[in-house]
Parts: sequence; structure tokens; C-alpha cells
Amino acid sequence: MVQFTLRRLGAGVVLLFAITTIAYLLLYLSGGDIARQILGQTATEETVAKKAEELGLNEPLIPRYVNWLSDALHGDFGRSWFSSQPVAETITSRLSVTLTLVVGTVLISAIVSIALGVWAARKRGWVDRLIQVLSILGFAIPSFLIAILLVNVFALNLGWFQPTGYIRWSASPAGWLESVTLPIIALSIGAVAAVAQQVRGSVIDAQRQDWVRTLRSRGVRENKVIYKHVLRNAGGPALAVLALQFVGLLGGTLIVEQIFAIPGIGPLTIQSTTQGDIPIVMGVVVATGVVVVVVNLVFDLLQGFLNPKVRLS
Amino acid sequence: MSQSADVTLEVAENVGRRSHLARRMLKNPTGLFAIIVIALLILMAAFAPLLTSQDPDYADIRNILASPSAEHLLGTDSAGRDVWARLVFATRYSLLGAALATFLAAIIGVTSGLIAGYYGRWFESVSAWLTSLVMALPGLVVLLAARAVIGPTLWGAMAIFGVLLAPAFYRLTQAAVMGVRNELYVDAARVAGVKDPSIIGRHILTVVRAPVIIQAAIVTLIAIAIQAGLGFIGMSDPTIPTWGGMLNDAFTKMYQQPLLLVWPASIIALASVAFALFANALRDELERSAKPKKAKSKTKAAVNAEGAPAEVHAETEAAPRDLLLEVDGLVVGYDQPDGSLTQVVNGVSLTVRKGEVHGLIGESGSGKTQTAFSILGLLPEGGRVAAGSIVFDGDELTGKSVKQMRKIQGKRISYVPQEPMSNLDPSFTIGSQLVEPMRETLGISGKEAKARALDLLAKVGLPDPEKTFRSYPHQVSGGQAQRVLIAGAISCEPDLIIADEPTTALDVTVQADILDLLRGLQQELGVAVLLVTHNFGVVADLCDRVSVMQKGRIVETGPARSIFAGPRHAYTQSLFDAILEDGAARGSLSHSSDRHVNAGGAK
Repeated sequence: MVQFTLRRLGAGVVLLFAITTIAYLLLYLSGGDIARQILGQTATEETVAKKAEELGLNEPLIPRYVNWLSDALHGDFGRSWFSSQPVAETITSRLSVTLTLVVGTVLISAIVSIALGVWAARKRGWVDRLIQVLSILGFAIPSFLIAILLVNVFALNLGWFQPTGYIRWSASPAGWLESVTLPIIALSIGAVAAVAQQVRGSVIDAQRQDWVRTLRSRGVRENKVIYKHVLRNAGGPALAVLALQFVGLLGGTLIVEQIFAIPGIGPLTIQSTTQGDIPIVMGVVVATGVVVVVVNLVFDLLQGFLNPKVRLS
Repeated sequence: MSQSADVTLEVAENVGRRSHLARRMLKNPTGLFAIIVIALLILMAAFAPLLTSQDPDYADIRNILASPSAEHLLGTDSAGRDVWARLVFATRYSLLGAALATFLAAIIGVTSGLIAGYYGRWFESVSAWLTSLVMALPGLVVLLAARAVIGPTLWGAMAIFGVLLAPAFYRLTQAAVMGVRNELYVDAARVAGVKDPSIIGRHILTVVRAPVIIQAAIVTLIAIAIQAGLGFIGMSDPTIPTWGGMLNDAFTKMYQQPLLLVWPASIIALASVAFALFANALRDELERSAKPKKAKSKTKAAVNAEGAPAEVHAETEAAPRDLLLEVDGLVVGYDQPDGSLTQVVNGVSLTVRKGEVHGLIGESGSGKTQTAFSILGLLPEGGRVAAGSIVFDGDELTGKSVKQMRKIQGKRISYVPQEPMSNLDPSFTIGSQLVEPMRETLGISGKEAKARALDLLAKVGLPDPEKTFRSYPHQVSGGQAQRVLIAGAISCEPDLIIADEPTTALDVTVQADILDLLRGLQQELGVAVLLVTHNFGVVADLCDRVSVMQKGRIVETGPARSIFAGPRHAYTQSLFDAILEDGAARGSLSHSSDRHVNAGGAK
């Protein structure tokens, strides 16, 4: 297990390195007169040239990248070219907000899709068909459309929620819950659609296994057979789909945060890419990469927990 | 995404002819609906200039956010532009953008998939690595970062997105090609001197065609969503009308003119749903054609339990023991979709006395396992007892609910399965699988149950009970697993053990040990055993009485000695002959097909 974890971590580091290198190269090629953009049209040629020198824009690609990389390895991601805020600080505070949404979504969708998937697999008939149709709709309709709908109905018309804004948990737990409810629902629907389908399929498969009959023949209660044995065996494939959904969710949150004016990584990404604020963009790339690598590792470990063959080999 | 690809692939592999697929799609209501919607959208995009007289880009700032009128069918937006005209042209650009992404993804994915699948080696390893790299990236973040480089261009963004989505096609194609690469007909073509490109074109592309179309629909829907998302956050080309761009404009004016949101939102939803339904309907149709045509049911829904009466040998014991199990006129069948019933057991009657070993013998497909499962109350999905009665210790079992049966299972009637390795839950330790039923049916504490489990494991001859207790099923051998299952079967002190071919799946050297164990335990515990087998050697070894089964009926029954001495039914005779000719214990009866039947349930 330790070896397995280390190997996955190693692959993750290689992946991170590849992503950042490609991103840096592309951003370098984009060029553009960043210094002019930062200072505005009224600045003199002289100050613009000075600014470019200050930001190291005149250096060739390789030394610039090596500099950035060695700083980054020491935890220094530089400062935003526009706000002069340290990149690491800006990103960590915003990432925590985004992760709250994403992790909340993953947990909620895991619970809901297990419930729906098992229900469909056991009941079959009309329940199954209904859940299948809803899954197709949930899969097809983009999360931001659902978010727009939710804002209109529950915030603007019914007034149950504030349409926009984010309240930190530390400021008011109830306020926090209110501010994340609609975004999490909007994000969850697509994930639930995909995962519930998988749960349904794997529960149906697992139910047909020989050992299920043997457990029943021993007098084990039906609920225990389903929720302890069948579900655990069906969990692996469902978990794999959930892991894939997670990567998609990182993209979906970007837009949903924009709709609900949540100060997560989304608005920052949108702003920094529009401006060409390379230090921030690189910070976002690294942060997203790290999150993806860590989350995939967590999912791998969970697979190991569910499946002794993975754990013990 | 990749899961659905795998599923469709499996399905497609079985499809030989799909010439009627297009026609069947039109007959499928969902498929037809999806095709109509997609066709309308494409027509709208193609004939955009004919559908409106307004210029989508003409801004009339004196007439902003107007309500629908004769002049402006859907009103005007925040810049006074005609919404209907913009919607029509946005459909053109949005669909073209999505088509570009899908087309690029398909070209890159299918081509590299063909090369990787057909030639393999280093190309495959490199592609696999690139695939996992690309799939680890959140598409939207990449597109936003790319925007910083290439600027706000719809085509650029969609081209990049096409590259990002290529793995969806790559995986599908590569797996499909790997599947057919070594098929005989491909080998034959190669040997016949057909060149690689034409093998690929002729044999391999036909296999992936339908799955690629399904995948294309899914990728198109994802491209529409991501493009609309980009437009919605104001990241798309402002000079081109797009669905997402319209949504963006409408969202900022949500309070003043909520109707503006309705049009782009509805058309995005409609298009996405249409593509999803198209993919789904096509997959359904493929699956349907992959299934073999349903065999005509053997009998009508009316139960048929008639047949020649069994040859009954007279009892030889002076004082027969009390009856424990009495099966009478049992009919087991599987309901078919057309409402008929496929019968697998046609009126079986047999009795098992207390403490006796009763052999139920017959070839594969004779219905003996189905009979055993009905007594256990554990028929596979779709199967049911259609007629007859099963009386166990004076208690009628047919018609009992799952919950009522659960009280009898384990405690009164227990089960030793045929295939030891597939009958233990791979996710739990052997110990926990022994302890759990004992705690439930005997109501003892975990500690007591563990002590008992260790005793049982020692009793069934496992050398290191502690170690086996802690092991997972994949860590023990087949013979050991069967001992564990026997331990489980006797753990709650049942009155009847139903052993379904308990030695068939085992190594020949282990078979004798397991039979010895069963005999020893049976004598020690005085428990009755219904032994299902196809092997007369096993019957001769263990059984007091025998019932011979053929085609879902008992053809001969009586004391084992008497049947061995003088078989009366021709079928019994032929079973004996089979042993004598071969000498081998298994005779002429195929056990592999029998196992298949047991696992799959209905025949």
C-alpha cells in the first residue's frame, strides 16, 4: 500500500511538472505588451520599459522558467502583476472557498446517488425508468443553467435565499449554509446523474453474484446483504465515476461561482486570464493540478479501502 | 464519459449487421424526437439569413430591452439588437463551434486510437500517458488559460477543446481495435495479403462506427455546454452572436427583462437534451440488436406438470425415518417478456427423511439445481415456483415472504454451493462472513461467534484456523474455500444441508477430501443432506437414497442400493453406462455448461 501510494504520488509530481511547463511555455508565447497594460495608456515609454525590466519580461524563456520553478518549489509564486498581492496568499484564501463547494458537492452527490442508484436497482420498474430519464436530463443540462434557474426561482421569486454572496463559516455557520446551498445543488445535479447511473448498474451486477445467494442462504438480513455487502462491492466503479466527476466539477464551479458572486478561484481565474496576469494564472494552474493529483490519490486510497485485492497487492 | 464508451463498445462488438439501425432509430420515439430536434437546429443554422429580416448586430439604442412585438419577434436585448435574429445566428455559430470541437476530437482520437490499437508498442504507451494527462485537466481552466494566449476566439477555443476531448474517442477506438485485432477474420485477411489500411478500413472501422457516433453526440453536448459556459462568463468572442453570449447579456439584465434569459437557456437545454437522448437511443438500439433473438418459450403460461410417473423402488429399511422434506409436483419457471413461462422444473416430487443423504442426480440442464434453489427459497431473478408444494418439517415453504424464509435459511436449511471462490464476498474477511450469520440467526455475541467460527474452521480440517479467519477469500485456495463454506453451512446447526455439486469445481485430488469431510460431518451431526450431483460415483459414496432427474422430472427414485442393483429407467441405465465407458468419475456429463446455468439462472 505504501509503495502504491508513493508510485501514485510520483506520477502526480510528473503530471504537475508537465502541466506547469506546458502552461508556462504557452503563456510566454502569448507575449503582448503586459507592462503597457499594467500601467495604462498614459504611461511613458520609459516607465513601461522600466516596468518590463522589473517584471523580468526581457529575459529569455529558459532562465525565466527556471527562476519561476525554483521559486515555486520554495513556495514563492511571486506577486500579481496588477494587484501586487502575493500569489500564494491570494490563491489559498480563494481555493478554500472553492474546495468547500466542491467537497460539499462530492459528499452530497455521493449520498444522493447511492440512495437513488440502490433504489432504482432494487425496485426496477417505473422507479428505475424515472431515475434513468432524470439522469439523462441531469447529465445533459449544464450546471450553470441549473444555477440560473435556481437563482430565479428560489432567490428572486420565492426569496428563500440571498441570490448572491458568500458568508464564511467562521462569520456565521447558518449564513454559510444559506450561501452555499444553491451553488451546491446546481453543481450536484450533473454529478448525481452520472454517479447514480453507475451505482444502479454496479448494484444490479453485484446482486447477481453467487455470494449474494450464499449470504442469503445463511439467513443474513436483506438490508445487511444490500447495504453492507452488495454496496461495498458496487462501490469501486461508482467511486471511479465520482473521481472523474470531480475534475469536471472544478470547471463547473468556475461558472457557478461567477453566478453566485462567490469569491472562489473562479472569478480570480476569469479576471487574471483576461488581464494576462501570468503569475496568478500560473498559480491557478498549479493549485488546480495539486488538487487534481491529491484528490485522485484520495480516491485511489478509498478504492484500496473498499477492495482488499487492491489494498493487499 | 469513458464508462459509457466502454459499455457501448462491448455492445458494438457483438453487432454484426446494423444496416437497419438508422431505420430503427426513426422508429424509436426518443430517437425520433432527438433526430427531429437536431435536424431543426441544423436547418435553423443553415438557413439563418432566411429566417429573419433583422441584422443580428444592428444595435438600436433607442429601443433596448423591448418586449416581443411584430417587428422584434422576441424583443430586443440590452443593446437594442433583435433577439430572434441573434438567436438564429447564434445557433449557426454555436453549432459550428461544437461541430469543430467534435470533428477535431474524433479525427485525432480515432486516428491515434487506430494506430495505437493496431500497431501498439511505444505509440500506445505515449498516447496512454498523454491521455491521462489531458483527462486530469479541468477543461474550463485550460480554456481560460488558453484565452490569455490566443485571445477571445470562438474557433480557437473550440479547436483546443477538441484536442482536450480527443481521449474520449481514443480510448473507445483503441479498445475496439485491440478487441478485433486478433480476431480470426482479421488474421485471415492479413494472411490473404490484404494491406493494413484496407483491413483497418474494412474490418475495424465498421466495428467502431456506431460507438463513435454515440461518443460524438456526447462530445457535442459537452462542447455546447462548455462553449455556452465560456460565453456566459463573457469569455467568448464578443463580435459573434452565440448562445452563451446571449445568456451573458440576459443575465446582467435579469431584473429588468427576465424573458431575455428564457430564449438562450431553453435552446441550450433543448440542444443538450436532444444530443443526450440521441446517444441514449442509439445505444439502446445497439444493445437490442446485440442480444440474440429470444428463444421461443417452451411452454405457454399455463403450467404443465404432466409426464410419465417416476419408477419408484420399494423402501428397504424396516422402519423408515420421519419425513423432513416433502416436495410435491414442483414446477419452476421463468417469466418471459412476452408473458409466457419457460419451465425448467416440470412437476418434481421427492422426499428427504431426517438424517439421510439424498442424492439428486441428473445431467446439466435437468433442473436439479433449480429444484435445490426453490427449496432454499433463492431462485435467481425472474424465477418462481409456479405450482406444487414444498413442505419442510410440516411447514409449507412456497408462498413465504423473503423475511419469513430468512428465518429458515441458515438455521434450518443451509447451503453448500458449487463454486467455492465465487461464493464468498471478496470484500470481507472469511472470519467476518462466518461470524455475521451466527450472530444474526443464533443471537450470540461477537466473541462467542468468533470462538465458534474458529472451532468450525478446525472441525472442517483447516490447519490454521486463526489465519484463515483473518484471510480474505482471494488469499485461500479453492479447496480451503469450500471447507470454509461447509463450515458456514453447519455453523447454525441446520436440519437440512443442500449441497449443490459441492466437489465439481474442485481439483480432483481435493474432491475426495471434501466428500470425506461431508460424510464425516453428516454422521457426526446427524443432519440430512440433499446432494445435487451429476456424478454416480459421489452418489455411491455418500447417499442413502437417490432421485434421478431428467428434463425437469424425476424419472426414478428409491434406495441407492436398490437403484444400483437394478436401474429400471433407460436414462438411469445410460448414466451408469457413461461411468463404465469412461472410467472417470465425471462421466459424459459436461460440468462447465452446468455451472454456467447455475450462475446465469434461467436457461
